[in-house]
Amino acid sequence: MTVSLSSVTQHYGGVPSLHAIDLDVRPGEFLALVGPSGAGKTTVLRVIAGLETHYTGRLTIAGQDMAGVPARRRNIGFVFQNYALFRHMTVAENVAFGPRVQRSMPEAAIQARVAELLELVQIPHLAGRRPAQLSGGQQQRVALARALATQPQLLLLDEPFGALDPLVRKEIRGWLRALHARLGLTSIFITHDQTEAIELADRVAVMQGGRILQLGTPDELEAAPACPFVFQFLAPTITLQGIVANGEFSASDLPVPPFAVTAPPGPASLLLRSHQLALVAGGTEAAILLIRQAGPVMHTTIEVAGRVLEVAASDTRFTAGQRCGLIVTAGKLFPA
Amino acid sequence: MSRAVLLGAAWLVVAVLFLLPLGTVFAEAFRHGLAFAVDALREPDALAAVQLTLLVAAIALPLNTLCGLAAAWCLTKFDFPGKRALLVIIELPLTISPVISGLVWVLLFGANGWFGRALAAHDVQIIFAVPGIVLATIFVTFPFVARTVMPLMQAQGRAQEEAAAMLGAGFAATFLRVTLPDIAWALLAGVLLSTARAMGEFGAVSVVSGHIPGVTETMPLHIETLYNDYQSAAAFAMAACLGLFSLFTLAIKAALEWRLGSQLGTVR
Repeated sequence: MTVSLSSVTQHYGGVPSLHAIDLDVRPGEFLALVGPSGAGKTTVLRVIAGLETHYTGRLTIAGQDMAGVPARRRNIGFVFQNYALFRHMTVAENVAFGPRVQRSMPEAAIQARVAELLELVQIPHLAGRRPAQLSGGQQQRVALARALATQPQLLLLDEPFGALDPLVRKEIRGWLRALHARLGLTSIFITHDQTEAIELADRVAVMQGGRILQLGTPDELEAAPACPFVFQFLAPTITLQGIVANGEFSASDLPVPPFAVTAPPGPASLLLRSHQLALVAGGTEAAILLIRQAGPVMHTTIEVAGRVLEVAASDTRFTAGQRCGLIVTAGKLFPA
Repeated sequence: MSRAVLLGAAWLVVAVLFLLPLGTVFAEAFRHGLAFAVDALREPDALAAVQLTLLVAAIALPLNTLCGLAAAWCLTKFDFPGKRALLVIIELPLTISPVISGLVWVLLFGANGWFGRALAAHDVQIIFAVPGIVLATIFVTFPFVARTVMPLMQAQGRAQEEAAAMLGAGFAATFLRVTLPDIAWALLAGVLLSTARAMGEFGAVSVVSGHIPGVTETMPLHIETLYNDYQSAAAFAMAACLGLFSLFTLAIKAALEWRLGSQLGTVR
């Protein structure tokens, strides 16, 4: 199911909260909206859901203009940030709510569907419980089952993993990804955790200040970030300030040898990941403070020119307390 | 130790301020025996007062419930211009003197009031008649339902209603299946509170009623009339009767909470 927003703008109390948002979601896609809080992620989701109606621009779902179509007629599954389960209903009643109010099937079929869904989200034994008696992960599964009960083709998830502890989070997101594929859904989910977006999503839309800065696959974003913010947001970044001259970038705030670039001369900044700064023997510019093995990666903490940096190096030649030199092996250059 | 002192103080206040007066009313009512009290209540004027009080309460109750709920719903689930002003206006009856609450109706519908001439021309009587009493009572008791329900609705936010909308529920289904069950206890408390207040209202009703015994006297008004006529035993019998109504209302509330508490979940 395609979802298309074209120049959707929303003002909240005079302050624009969405600036001319253009977004095309492809059928079957698992799309992540990421960005800092206040970026407008939830507003985009609410516009698509029909919960936010004061905006200008055009929204189409499956090619159909959604202007004037109320939320309850869109048949979109929505998993709310805090799940918004119906407190006074049991788990089974929560899941049955959609089919019951829509009167789309006989009661026996509803019962069967509820049982099937609870099986799908792996909590059939909790059917008689009330939301208050469930853990966060269990509530999340109920919210998902409830959203799927009316057989939507489009699923919207607002911070679906936000309230879960890290281990449950990891488990649930893998499981959700599989479910998405199995049911042939088109899903849009919000997260402020960029790692989560990169691991899960087919494409990631990076938002800031009510704008989509860039939309692309995780690889595309990493290889060709549209602006420094996108690069910085996606993973820990080391930023060097400097000048480009004669096809070389010379850093002014870190003692590294010039780095060959193809860019017009002028002030610029070079952004790199922690593995793109390498330690070299023979130099004395940097002091190695600490070396830690974290999983497959060696994290080295160095102090250089008054800055403390984390460098990911699989280099075993050095030990803490030694001094070394630094070279840049790769990076993204942005004119200042 | 300090806990015991506080608890003791609380009970002392309850005893002196609430139980003692209530006890006095019943003691005075039955001073000349149960038969005398019953006879006092069987006077035609007394019976008429009881009937009128129950009638007014019966009209005010559904109106207060419906309008209070509607107001609370609008004020907590929607944003619109003038919302703050409406919030203030809803509280007006609580802060304004009941005498003024009655007087406004006289000024509007009385013989010399704004609409007095027009009403008289069509032979419609509001002031010194039952409609005026009902109006005054509703005015005074209106805020109770809205005010008891609103904090809860506010705290619960709109998330559940939005979830219901996403699942295809219309207004009626959302209200009956999602919102109402969640506020049932607060609503019940508000309805009972406003009903008790409706039966006991004196000031506003006194202004619009005209004190016509047997016609426009509610129980509180009749108690005053009796007392002023030096029929204090009859007055206290009537007061005891009104007191019983209040206790009965409280008992219903307690019983419902006890019976339905487990069914309606933990939301209070």
